[in-house]
Amino acid sequence: MNITATLIGQSLTFVVFVWFCMKYIWPPLVTMMRERQEAIAAGLRASEEADKKLADAASGAEAELAKAKDEAAAIIEQARNRANQMVEEAKDDARQEGERLIEAARAEIDQEMNRAKEALRAQVSSLVISGAEQVLEGSVDASKHEDMLNRLAAEL
Amino acid sequence: MAGTTAEYIQHHLTNLTFGQLPDGSWGFAGSAEEAASMGFWSINVDSMGWAIGLGLVFAFLFRKAAKNATAGVPGGLQNGVEMLVEFIEETTNSIFQHKNDLIAPLALTIFVWVFLMNLMDLVPVDWIPKFAELIGIPYMKIVPTTDPNITMAMALTVFVLIIYYSIKCKGGIGFLKELCFHPFPPIMAPINFILEGVTLIAKPLSLGLRLFGNLYAGEMIFILIALMFGAGAVYFLFGGVLQWVWAVFHVLIITLQAFIFAVLTIVYLAQAHDVEEH
Repeated sequence: MNITATLIGQSLTFVVFVWFCMKYIWPPLVTMMRERQEAIAAGLRASEEADKKLADAASGAEAELAKAKDEAAAIIEQARNRANQMVEEAKDDARQEGERLIEAARAEIDQEMNRAKEALRAQVSSLVISGAEQVLEGSVDASKHEDMLNRLAAEL
Repeated sequence: MAGTTAEYIQHHLTNLTFGQLPDGSWGFAGSAEEAASMGFWSINVDSMGWAIGLGLVFAFLFRKAAKNATAGVPGGLQNGVEMLVEFIEETTNSIFQHKNDLIAPLALTIFVWVFLMNLMDLVPVDWIPKFAELIGIPYMKIVPTTDPNITMAMALTVFVLIIYYSIKCKGGIGFLKELCFHPFPPIMAPINFILEGVTLIAKPLSLGLRLFGNLYAGEMIFILIALMFGAGAVYFLFGGVLQWVWAVFHVLIITLQAFIFAVLTIVYLAQAHDVEEH
């Protein structure tokens, strides 16, 4: 409990420890803590930026997607129209072609019929003449009955 | 327990003192009276030894943390050290507005060192002195802050810094003016000087004696509680409970006292830096 030279000794010790702390302990620790603060701040900033970029990218992608969908819908619509048009065209073509074919067939049939009629008419008139000749052996004067025969042939 | 209760207490309150013995030779004092007779030129070896040892613990631990410090993920020791450094830095910045690279490390050293020295108070009072006695050392006070030499030495060192920075920041004349022209008008300079002088002297005294008083009283109570252990089973149990309760309470006191010492040091030095206009 007496005041002794311990006072001096402790003062010197105190000064030495404070000096040591000031020189070798405080600066590196504080510097390092500042560095870490910087690093954390930078990290936070970077992550914020990345978040923003991500959001931007997401909204961009959404817009792209919507555009693509619209485009696809338009293309499909166009394709459908074109298909309908093609079908219509094909139908028209087919109808016309059919009509044409029918027309041609009909004409041919008519032709054929006329030709047959002509042939039949010729055959019938010759048959009638020969038949009449046989029936009226000698009595039929070709020149006399020519008028009647011609009328007959015309009727057939 | 050797001797009477008074002797027991006396033993616990005596430092291991090295100095000139009454017969003229140098050696350790064999009793409190002998230690007192040595006068100023003697040294409390136990106080100094524990103070330096604990100071080295502080220096070693913190230096290790500072050396291995990385800005990456900190380890356990680094975390603890950083917490203290940050705490002291914040405290310093909130009180001390000037630029001085000494203040924060000074406060850190005071806080941690005083805390460690106070912490020795929680070691049961008989363990180390008894062990010392067994190996032939007569006295051993293990709490350096219960030695007024230790606390006053730190307070006086702070006082020197206060005077130094006062003169450095205000100039010798400015410092004298502050002492003389305040709080009353300059015409009452002598009265002002006495008042301010007392205020100035009171700073180191209150700083050192507050710490000493708190720790000395705390130690004394531990010693008185320790006395109960030898007085029968009931007292033994009661003493055990009391010791535990007081120790828990003391955890608060030792931390608080270390903090108060550090903060008052910052406050006094901030006042020394303040150049007031009158």
